[in-house]
Amino acid sequence: MMDINQVEKSDHTLPNSLIKDKTPLFEVNHLSLTFRQYKKGLRESSTQVIRDFSLKIHQGEIVAVVGASGSGKSLLADAILGILPENADVKGDLKFAGEELTMEKQMLLRGKDISLIPQSTNALDPLMKAGKQVQSVIKRKNKKSIQERIFHKVGLSKKAGEMYPFELSGGMARRVLVSTAMVSEAKLVIADEPTPGLDEHARNETIHYIKQLADGGKSIMFITHDITAALEVADKVAVFYAGETVEIANIDDFTGKGENLRHPYTRALWNALPQNDFIPLKGSQPLPGETINGCAFESRCPIAVEYCAQKPPQNKSVSGGIVRCFHA
Amino acid sequence: MIERTVKQSNSCNLRQRTLVTIIIAFILLIGIILSGALIGPEKLGVNLQLRNIPPSFAHLFGTDWLGRDMLARTFKGLALSFGVGLTAACISTIIALVLSLLSSVNKAMDAVITWLIDLFLSMPHIVILILISFAAGGGFKGVVIGLALTHWPSLTRLLRAEVLQLKNMNYVAVSKSLGKSRLWIARHHILPHLIPQLIVGFVLLFPHAILHEAAITFLGFGLSAEAPAIGIILSESMRYLATGMWWLAFFPGLSLLAMVGIFDLLGRNIRRLIDPFHSQKL
Amino acid sequence: MRFKRISLYVVKKIVKLVSLLLTICILSFLLVSYSPIDPVQTYVGADMMRVSPEQQENIATYWGLDESRTEQFLSWGKAVLEGNLGTSLIYRDSVADVIAERFLASLVLMGFAWVLSGIFGFLLGIVAGMREGTIVDRIIKGYCFLLASTPAFWLGLLLLMLFSVSLGWFPVGLASPAGILAEDVTFIERVRHLFLPALTLSIVGVANVALHTRQKLIEVLQSEFARFAKAKGENGFSLLWRHGLRNISLPAISLHFASFGELFGGAVLAEQVFSYPGLGQAVVQAGLGGDVPLLLGIVLFSTLFVFAGNLLADLLYKLIDPRMRKGEVQ
Ligand SMILES: Nc1ncnc2c1ncn2[C@@H]1O[C@H](COP(=O)(O)OP(=O)(O)OP(=O)(O)O)[C@@H](O)[C@H]1O
Ligand code: SF4
Ligand SMILES: [Mg+2]
Repeated sequence: MMDINQVEKSDHTLPNSLIKDKTPLFEVNHLSLTFRQYKKGLRESSTQVIRDFSLKIHQGEIVAVVGASGSGKSLLADAILGILPENADVKGDLKFAGEELTMEKQMLLRGKDISLIPQSTNALDPLMKAGKQVQSVIKRKNKKSIQERIFHKVGLSKKAGEMYPFELSGGMARRVLVSTAMVSEAKLVIADEPTPGLDEHARNETIHYIKQLADGGKSIMFITHDITAALEVADKVAVFYAGETVEIANIDDFTGKGENLRHPYTRALWNALPQNDFIPLKGSQPLPGETINGCAFESRCPIAVEYCAQKPPQNKSVSGGIVRCFHA
Repeated sequence: MIERTVKQSNSCNLRQRTLVTIIIAFILLIGIILSGALIGPEKLGVNLQLRNIPPSFAHLFGTDWLGRDMLARTFKGLALSFGVGLTAACISTIIALVLSLLSSVNKAMDAVITWLIDLFLSMPHIVILILISFAAGGGFKGVVIGLALTHWPSLTRLLRAEVLQLKNMNYVAVSKSLGKSRLWIARHHILPHLIPQLIVGFVLLFPHAILHEAAITFLGFGLSAEAPAIGIILSESMRYLATGMWWLAFFPGLSLLAMVGIFDLLGRNIRRLIDPFHSQKL
Repeated sequence: MRFKRISLYVVKKIVKLVSLLLTICILSFLLVSYSPIDPVQTYVGADMMRVSPEQQENIATYWGLDESRTEQFLSWGKAVLEGNLGTSLIYRDSVADVIAERFLASLVLMGFAWVLSGIFGFLLGIVAGMREGTIVDRIIKGYCFLLASTPAFWLGLLLLMLFSVSLGWFPVGLASPAGILAEDVTFIERVRHLFLPALTLSIVGVANVALHTRQKLIEVLQSEFARFAKAKGENGFSLLWRHGLRNISLPAISLHFASFGELFGGAVLAEQVFSYPGLGQAVVQAGLGGDVPLLLGIVLFSTLFVFAGNLLADLLYKLIDPRMRKGEVQ
């Protein structure tokens, strides 16, 4: 087993013993996810959304999962928590704290050891007061005072606890969602795009909270399509393309023109940023369900060669990261 | 390791099952209606020697106090119910279509039609039927008119929503800017998309119409006592219940239930085939 | 601000009710007056012997016998506005009194059935929705679809045959105390007459609520917030208790209020089967016997009844759902 952390920059906020040499807190290998649906005329069809996803997260680490819209990031979170819709087939190896994560185990751990910050503010029950919804996570006594303390910490007034979700602004609702993760005793927090739609200030604040969570020893899986946000907080970045992990890079690989990056897609993402060359990537990613024989990125890859379209590249480790490309 | 596969509910898939259900329902209905239509008056005749016979092989549904075969009367009644249901469903579907198209003309028209729907839903259905039947001077005609004129509101509501949605589609706007007339747009862009809803709505009107027909004739409106409508058969049977002739009510009612149920099944399965998204859970 | 909103709401509802009632008055008067069964002729002719000359006079003035239709309608409308619905031919009593007395009997019947079918339908819907796709769900769903196809009066006949004829537990309908004054009927006797029609109505009423509740619960369980609740570790019963009931109760109760029309229709049939002396029986008799004032009176009254149900359904949302309740304040 290769250990990415050997070459990782040492994180000054964490005791080294927490990251190094340990089995990862959480590990996914070869996760795949397929939907079955009925189309018009009741013909059955299946759509593969996640093909081959692998990732490790150590304690106290923030791993960003970056991918375009519709690439299956939220479903990845669902799969880890075991709350997929009924028409989804999943397969894969999950491990939590060294132990195999079975479906029964998922049911026991979610809400306790694994916690979710959902993507949409629709995740709040429209008919339940905000404070109550946070209290339901707290297992200890004094639920109310704990909740109010956390609310204070994220800048929500006491009154906000007595409000219904429709009375909260978008930003307030986000803070409520974040505070559910903060009050929980979870070791792993999955934050599903907590930043979009926030103004500059609120966005920075949210990122700050996420850092705080990690400083408190929690591991974070930070799902986003905002590379800048990912680079601000994450230790590692996993790049997700058409249901596959195409690269897992360390944060300091993102420098210059992306020479240290291993995959052309990651490089393209990096170079598309406004502060860099601002070169947009042409084309679009294959839709879920499209059959792909070779590399999923082939249609848009500037350095593709003939056999890229025939055979899928496998994961391999290159200079302390992982990449799925023949050319790396 | 997690592994979960959506379990297949049956060996054959849903599409085949739905198709088979539709075909069987169709055949059953045709069978019921044809056998009802083919029963001649000789089978319905009075035979005083064979009075009050409980169900037997010769008379599966038994005979009544005049020795009439209840099986023949029941099937005749079902055919009659079907005829009434067909008339009501046709007319109501046409009304619904016209009103829903009209509602797309402009806001005021739409308000008028919404108000009309509300008006018809503001009285208990049975009370409207009684009123219309009275206005028509009783008789079978009154029942048919009543049924035909009162089953459109819910379908209109459905179609209206659909039309409103279609109206906002791009291609309709494009046609409009190309100077196509309203009628042209309605014919070429709106009507074709309404047809699935229309078919399903039409089939699902039958159960309502048939049940209401039975109810209103049971109450004594419309049909003469001679006609073998299920409602009349059942209301006559009430006089003989105390004497223990249970079969007079049991089989005719059960047959009516079966026919209504099959229509309902047919409608729901067609809907599932045409529009699996809206009815995936049914 | 709040006061303004409320009064606007009240005014809107009143305008709606008045416009509905007015249209129904005009339409039903037209229907009745163009009927080949001439209201006045039937009214007077049916029972000439027992109608005294004075009464005939009264009837003639009430209906404005020799005037044009418009004038007839106007004078009838004026009488209705003054609260005078005329005199029922069959019951020989003022229509308002007949309706009041009959409605009370029907109200007891419908009330029982409404509550029972609401509770059972809600429970069945919850069980089916929680166990969606399982055998239990299929059975409940099948049962509801079967009920929806069942003629209510036939179900009544079956119950009558079973409980009254075979088992003899309840009176056979025809022996009902139709003519006896309400005070003379003992409580037990009343319950005995109430039980079977109420049972019939309750059974039939279950289907709608159950299917609706099931559908709503399934929607709620697939919602974004249910997914989050599951992610917070809630499951099965706790999910239902904390989030499910909260979100399905109001729609279910509201639907149940909005189904007064069907309830009334069911009562008409059940009352006919069991000879229960309620408003439903009266409207059938009025229709069959050409009792025009009573028929028109019940048409108007049943409209009011249905309107009340819809209004309650609407108000319930306004009062209970915080999104609407607080929306009023803001
Ligand atoms: N219940 C479902 N049935 C079928 N397909 C689904 C279902 N849920 C999601 N999908 C499909 O799976 C794909 C991935 O969805 P997902 O929500 O995970 O995307 P995402 O990466 O989170 O995107 P975003 O950044 O917009 O949140 C989408 O293309 C979506 O159409
Ligand atoms: S495998 Fe080939 S197509 Fe895919 S990213 Fe590498 S070079 Fe491009
Ligand atoms: Mg997402």
